[in-house]
Amino acid sequence: MSQFNVSEKGFYGKFGGAFIPEMLYPNVEELRTQYLSIIAEPSFQEEYMYLLEQYVGRPTPLYYAKRLSEKYNTKVYLKREDLCHTGAHKVNNTIGQIILAKRLGKTRIIAETGAGQHGVATATVCALMGLQCIVYMGEVDIERQAPNVARMKMLGAEVRPATSGSKTLKDATNEAIRDWINNPTDTFYIIGSVVGPHPYPDMVAKFQSIISKEIKSQLLTHEGTEYPDYVIACVGGGSNAAGAFYEFLDDEQVGLIAVEAAGHGVDSGESAATSVLGKIGIIHGSRTLLMQTEDGQITEPYSISAGLDYPGVGPLHAHLCDTGRAEFISITDEDAMNSGLEISKMEGIIPAIETAHAFAVLDKKQFKPTDIVVINLSGRGDKDLNTYINYFGF
Amino acid sequence: MNRINQKLQENKKLLSIYFTAGYPNLNDTIPTIEALEKSGVDMIEIGLPFSDPLADGPTIQESSTQAIENGMTTKLLFEQLKEVRNSVQIPLIIMGYFNPMMQFGVENFCQKCQEVGIDGLIIPDLPLEEYLSEYQAIFEKYNLKNVFLITPQTSNERIMEIDAVSDSFIYMVSTAAVTGGQAGFGTEQTAYFERIASLNLKNPQIIGFGISDKETFTQATLHQKGAIIGSAFIKYITQNSIAKIGEFVEKIRA
Repeated sequence: MSQFNVSEKGFYGKFGGAFIPEMLYPNVEELRTQYLSIIAEPSFQEEYMYLLEQYVGRPTPLYYAKRLSEKYNTKVYLKREDLCHTGAHKVNNTIGQIILAKRLGKTRIIAETGAGQHGVATATVCALMGLQCIVYMGEVDIERQAPNVARMKMLGAEVRPATSGSKTLKDATNEAIRDWINNPTDTFYIIGSVVGPHPYPDMVAKFQSIISKEIKSQLLTHEGTEYPDYVIACVGGGSNAAGAFYEFLDDEQVGLIAVEAAGHGVDSGESAATSVLGKIGIIHGSRTLLMQTEDGQITEPYSISAGLDYPGVGPLHAHLCDTGRAEFISITDEDAMNSGLEISKMEGIIPAIETAHAFAVLDKKQFKPTDIVVINLSGRGDKDLNTYINYFGF
Repeated sequence: MNRINQKLQENKKLLSIYFTAGYPNLNDTIPTIEALEKSGVDMIEIGLPFSDPLADGPTIQESSTQAIENGMTTKLLFEQLKEVRNSVQIPLIIMGYFNPMMQFGVENFCQKCQEVGIDGLIIPDLPLEEYLSEYQAIFEKYNLKNVFLITPQTSNERIMEIDAVSDSFIYMVSTAAVTGGQAGFGTEQTAYFERIASLNLKNPQIIGFGISDKETFTQATLHQKGAIIGSAFIKYITQNSIAKIGEFVEKIRA
């Protein structure tokens, strides 16, 4: 029995569960009782794998980054999720969930989005399947991420502004949950990360686990072993990290490094480093580490990267942090931005700013020359060009 | 006997009012409770404000945000309620989300509730299973009735389970919606009200969500023991003032 997989009741150690209002119970229960058997159906797997190969463009390469390896005197491999259709790993999950939604007979899809990547990935698969799509997005994020709003609209989705609270990702998630309460029978909620009530964290992790499955087989070809010494991934809610860690969770010889956004610095008051600043609490139906006031009000995190400023972290990651199975490192805006620029210049790859946080670890932690270090290159930086331009003044 | 159970034995349809503690002004909590009792309301739900109230619509969320900005906290609420039992006899229930209670410490929270004279709790995001395995003993130790919700989508099997565990009333959510949603009940709702009534549950039911005036109150209490007004009351005190609470209640009861 794995120590790190979800328990039958939906817990990872003391984290997880389904702390949901009764109004959501029938929907979540339907999903909980059916997701494993539906995913296990051969016809599901066939459709899922076909779309991942022919539509998303998998397997994505595991690229040996020669110049980075030389500079940091270790063996750096990049898992190229940035080459997925729509530009990030997010689509691995939306493909899986949309097939599931169809098989449950749902006709209306809702999603939340922060920076817009998950919204675009959801709008994309809804277009592919011909299903109605409504994406909730904080009013503040709609202004900050205009190109992704336009993409979602082009793909046929309706983008609804979340105007409550801080008008960002957590509020968009609240609004999506409320929509689900208001539409209990025909609607499927595609959550974008390993957060929310059980079974979402496990389901999303399973759909993203294709990343670590491929790393294993590709590394065997490159290095003659399935096991890297380290896997590094950035963590907001934690879906790309969950996918990159998944196959290695029980293999203790593989070091797992989760990289959080320190924003202006962990102690600056403007940060999203949940593992350091969070306390156990409940957000969006899950018991996990959560940034909150002493009184239990959820606080608004900060990061230059819109994909990392979630006040919680998936319950799997809370458990990995709590048990010490993964090392949590936080990286400031400044270090992430400089890393993003360095990777662009040294490897010809402009990473998403979220991903740039993971690269910054190369500068913070000493690796051995023989170490095999896999960095999950979760997304490309096209969506962040404006932020890069403003930051560096290109 | 717990004040809620005593009230439920009265031969009348019960009117319960929800309001957000510390709203519109920080120190309105006690005057609001006193005015509600004086105006003939049967039960009061005191809303413990939370930043992210998933089951609530914009009216209650905005009142919660305002209350938090006013400085309302769990600790302060208990201070405000310290002497409430010197002035009112009405059953008092705290309705709130689980995270602030967890941060206060669940046992500590329950103990404080008993000290100030709270009779029950409604916690929408504390599911039945978690309550039974972790918290039932604590709630009972401090003589707090935990009130569960059911909705039109709740299966009969689960309703029976909830009925078996409950020992006061069942909170019937009128419709598939967050609070403050709709105007008037249609045939779908009345059929649901009748269906639940016909189950002959051991706990009486009180309907909430979508009750805003005399008409919806009357419809909701045709088959059930009582009804709860929340968002409509919050809107009323926002537009008028807590000094005019009596007029609001009179119109419902007229």
